[in-house]
Amino acid sequence: MKLNGKAWKFGDDISTDLIAPGRYFHLRSDLNELAKHVLEDADPQFASKVGKGDFVVGGRNFGLGSSREHAPTIIKLAGVSCVLAKSFARIFFRNAINIGLPAIECDTDKIASGDELEINLENGVIRNATKKIDLKFAPLPKAMTRILQDGGLVEHIKKHGDFKIE
Amino acid sequence: MGKTISEKILSEHSGKDVKADDFVIAKVDLCLLQDGTGPLAVRQLEELGIKRVVNPQGVAVFLDHAAPSPRKELSNDHITLRNFARKTGSYIFEIGEGVCHQIMSELFTSPGDVLVGADSHTCTGGALGAFATGMGSTDVAVAMGLGKTWFRVPRTIKVVVNGKFKSGVYAKDFMLYLIGSLGAEGATYKALEFTGEAMTSLPMSERLVISNMAVEAGAKTGIFASDKITKTYLKQHGREEKYREMKSDKDAKFEKEIDIEVDKLAPMVSLPHTVDNAKPVDKIGKIKVHQVFIGSCTNGRIEDLRLVADLWKGRKRDPDTRVIVTPASKDIYLMAAKEGLLEAFIEFGAAVTTPGCGACVGVHGGILGDGENCLSTSNRNFLGRMGNPKSFIYLASPATAAASAIKGEITDPREYV
Repeated sequence: MKLNGKAWKFGDDISTDLIAPGRYFHLRSDLNELAKHVLEDADPQFASKVGKGDFVVGGRNFGLGSSREHAPTIIKLAGVSCVLAKSFARIFFRNAINIGLPAIECDTDKIASGDELEINLENGVIRNATKKIDLKFAPLPKAMTRILQDGGLVEHIKKHGDFKIE
Repeated sequence: MGKTISEKILSEHSGKDVKADDFVIAKVDLCLLQDGTGPLAVRQLEELGIKRVVNPQGVAVFLDHAAPSPRKELSNDHITLRNFARKTGSYIFEIGEGVCHQIMSELFTSPGDVLVGADSHTCTGGALGAFATGMGSTDVAVAMGLGKTWFRVPRTIKVVVNGKFKSGVYAKDFMLYLIGSLGAEGATYKALEFTGEAMTSLPMSERLVISNMAVEAGAKTGIFASDKITKTYLKQHGREEKYREMKSDKDAKFEKEIDIEVDKLAPMVSLPHTVDNAKPVDKIGKIKVHQVFIGSCTNGRIEDLRLVADLWKGRKRDPDTRVIVTPASKDIYLMAAKEGLLEAFIEFGAAVTTPGCGACVGVHGGILGDGENCLSTSNRNFLGRMGNPKSFIYLASPATAAASAIKGEITDPREYV
């Protein structure tokens, strides 16, 4: 699968509080409304600027903090097709895959805001068309690839009736 | 080759002989939902077409993050969770009963269990020798519906802590120090195992602080071997028969070992806006405190409240510093009432609030104003955590928080204890 879009760059330690702030706790059962505030405390205009298929690009330890799955969910609902970071916090990473949002670990120093990227999930290459460079990334563990290919954990279990990750 | 505690528990629960880095499907003993993540888990189960949970006796639902509910949307989420618990026969803990991790530890978590919770601080259960870890709503929904989940068996970092805690220095200070030195992702995907004389002599209330904060170094879980202190704790909560020995084999393979001499530790403070930004309290200069929050799953236990009440005896809060005390559970609240601690808090000038997460999560019960500083005994100081991205959160032990409430600025508790 190939993904095309524009990069939106963020720094290190983007917490789930920055992605889905606690002051919007009451919107967690209205995810489309919550998505209007996605990443608001890191970039107040992000939700109005991001385009369909675009990429969120972070630094180290992206998604640290709470287990709130609402964080990757509203990133996806905002139209983002993939999250890239130098490293991810464990729960965020697992949640992203579970809801069918690809999460890629790569050297994001080579990506700036506004860069046009083409990501090939199968062969593990990110083409930065703006900078005319290719970035490589390691494939997901097999278990996570299976879940992501099925479109997330709910779809995976619906399809197989059980975990089918081996 | 011997096994670590995590490898032992996950071998038992997968029916296979597994080691670090293996992928396993493991039986789950306990599932935890709270009111911030539970409604989504319930909707995901519905989406899956699953109408029952495999083991209702192992599912606990907590109304603790918004307790009592400050908004109609959250009141409706509470209805969703009450209905779910009723339909599935799961346990529900009403508003006022306390923070999920405190109650799980008191009533459910036992050595050797696998506990998954839709709350990142589920790792608290590691203090009891369980494999306890936080996950998202969908993972916990599937764990409830199928009775199992998948794991990558974590590698374990052995943290050997020797020496004796100095007066005024607590498990919280140790943990802030450790997170500061490991960094916020220093233990990502790993299990931390705590051992050494300074850990094996710690009471359960302090072990719970350490396991609770393991996730702040990125860890999957923070685990202690079970011992006579675990046994006594289970007995105090009427669950002595749940005791079993869980410890790593002598020849278990650890990824690395970290040695710490606890004698050298000073009281620590984590400065805004990351937990790993930890510094000794006597090295941070003068910092005004507008609000002190004593509570949370990290430090809202009876031992914490006793220490605070003792330190406040015959004193008053600084007139420019407001103080909130939130006991972590109903039982703690009751004990505090019986022991006269509540009286001490009120006379000191503190507001005592309903057991639950309280001000920690920024939903209600102590949201900060623009430019204000809060000294909190909780576990996170991320920007916006307490409801206002224009405020500043400092983390410390209950003793440091109590001393700071007297002076109105961040204060070394060794002046008082």
